[in-house]
Amino acid sequence: MIVQRLAGRLGISEIAFIAAVAGLAVLVPLANLTMPEGSLLHVSNATVVLFGKWMCYALLALSLDLVWGYCGILSLGHGAFFALGGYAMGMYLMRTIGTRGVYGNAILPDFMVFLNWKELPYTWYFFDWFGYSALMAMLVPGALAFVLGWFAFRSRVTGVYLSIITQAVTYALQLAFFRNDMGFGGNNGLTDFKDILGFQVQAQTTRATLFALSALALLGGFAAAKAIVSSKLGLVLIAIRDAETRTRFIGYRVEHYKLFVFVVSAVMAGIAGALYVPQVGIINPSEFSPANSIEAVIWVAVGGRGTLIGAALGAVLVNAAKTWLTAAIPTVWLFALGALFILVTLFLPRGIVGTFGSKLFGHRWSK
Amino acid sequence: MNGPKTTEALLYLDGVSVSFDGFKALNQLALLIAPGEMRAIVGPNGAGKTTMMDVITGKTRPDTGDVLFDGGQHDLTRLDEATIAELGIGRKFQKPTVFESHTVEDNLRLALKAPRSVFPTLTARRTAEEKARLDELFATVKLGSQRNTQAGGLSHGQKQWLEIGMLLAQDPALLLVDEPVAGMTDAETFETAELLKRINRTHSVVVVEHDMAFVRELGVKVTVLHEGSVLAEGTIDQVSADQRVVEVYLGR
Ligand SMILES: Nc1ncnc2c1ncn2[C@@H]1O[C@H](COP(=O)(O)OP(=O)(O)OP(=O)(O)O)[C@@H](O)[C@H]1O
Ligand SMILES: [Mg+2]
Repeated sequence: MIVQRLAGRLGISEIAFIAAVAGLAVLVPLANLTMPEGSLLHVSNATVVLFGKWMCYALLALSLDLVWGYCGILSLGHGAFFALGGYAMGMYLMRTIGTRGVYGNAILPDFMVFLNWKELPYTWYFFDWFGYSALMAMLVPGALAFVLGWFAFRSRVTGVYLSIITQAVTYALQLAFFRNDMGFGGNNGLTDFKDILGFQVQAQTTRATLFALSALALLGGFAAAKAIVSSKLGLVLIAIRDAETRTRFIGYRVEHYKLFVFVVSAVMAGIAGALYVPQVGIINPSEFSPANSIEAVIWVAVGGRGTLIGAALGAVLVNAAKTWLTAAIPTVWLFALGALFILVTLFLPRGIVGTFGSKLFGHRWSK
Repeated sequence: MNGPKTTEALLYLDGVSVSFDGFKALNQLALLIAPGEMRAIVGPNGAGKTTMMDVITGKTRPDTGDVLFDGGQHDLTRLDEATIAELGIGRKFQKPTVFESHTVEDNLRLALKAPRSVFPTLTARRTAEEKARLDELFATVKLGSQRNTQAGGLSHGQKQWLEIGMLLAQDPALLLVDEPVAGMTDAETFETAELLKRINRTHSVVVVEHDMAFVRELGVKVTVLHEGSVLAEGTIDQVSADQRVVEVYLGR
């Protein structure tokens, strides 16, 4: 029923997006696992990991677009939700190493043994259980968003002030996670993972599966976001974005709506982070870096905010450019990113999909 | 405030003062609106008319004074905008503010009386009843041919009507209408007066307007505001014969 309701509201560009992501989810693993190396159709292991990362970034961008593009909340700290989801998964992966670690301690991860800790901190309890870890990957980012949003939205903190707060939160978390006594591996973070649900993380089949799961998560995130923005609640979100005070005067509790979409978005970002970590094999405090959150904003701006698929597209395009540029001329990447942002703001304020989508595919902007 | 005051009035303002950086926008304002009444409020620029609406709708907190609704049952100075709206006070702004990137129909849908909390709104579906209400509203505000246009593309006068439509959609007990005919042609002004009179058969209305021809057309009791308090009250003929009112309007 929900599928039916949704399907009726999809534009051609959105159907193309779903087909493309679903196609990748099937074809990339197939081409990686079944095609012989050297064949034109073969996709290398490195490429599978790279694409997997992009799928996670695309999901992060989608979550950011939900709050920024539709509700006008410019979060400059969305990387924090992503990183928290990543840490939750990283903790599971650490606990499953068990006696295979350097120190061979069945309970304590290596860095704790190294720090001479005798007991597992309570924050690490139950993380040997995958279900609990997966739940925490959603719950912790969601809870942080709830607390932050509760105070900020109730006090009617908006615009640039809200952006600064979110940025400060991710920076504070970065500093906190740097500290060894926080118990999350400090500077080095969590790494040297062995397996996930019994499968070797490094194995080709595991990586191919993780890629496919990331693509599916992106589709799931898109379906959820699309369901939200095309409901009546979606109308309220856009109303808040365009005329917040007016929305209050017709009786909507703006702070509740903002809180709802902020929490949903943080959970989506957390899922993206949780899928990201087993693929890249490490999570450390640099994931909280304010620059990461700002990059995510640029992806959304480039692709077109308030379009959902634009956000995902932007994430992939900008990261593809990053991969290519950092290999070709490493020093210019940051300048290129800055220039890109300025150019898009000046010449394509509605982003790629927002500008060309309607011409090419009959996409209705922000509807 | 010491306990609820008993009053017959739908809306009761007494001793209401608001100052902005020492400047008194409202000064010991008192006003009573009876259930079912339509009242016109006039006054020169800066008299405090819009500020009075801000106080009633919870946008501005008064420094002193009582603002009570529905026979003294609700102290509006303690409630926020959304709660006051849900109690049944709707407002049309001086500067028409509609949701520009929504269609005309979606503007009305958002305003329609319905549960306002998050989850019912998330799962709300279009019903036949909703459609009937919308059709009725479109007939009233005569925007039927613009149903699917973006509200941002409407003319100034059409936006005014859409806002009145949104106000009606909420079905509030009391409508506060700030300068509804600004920027309208004479014919539109006349139609708006007729519309408000029709609305007044089932709702109480407070309408702020500079246009004297329009106020005369309404034919209701008039309150003249000046420097944040009531200068005169009565029929349009009485107040326009009042020497002080004439001075205020001509002496500037
Ligand atoms: N938020 C504010 N801060 C400072 N001064 C304000 C504020 N709101 C209103 N004022 C001042 O209070 C006075 C009353 O303003 P108000 O808008 O209520 O007048 P009005 O009667 O609606 O006038 P008009 O006919 O021009 O709409 C004006 O002098 C205005 O400048
Ligand atoms: Mg005014």
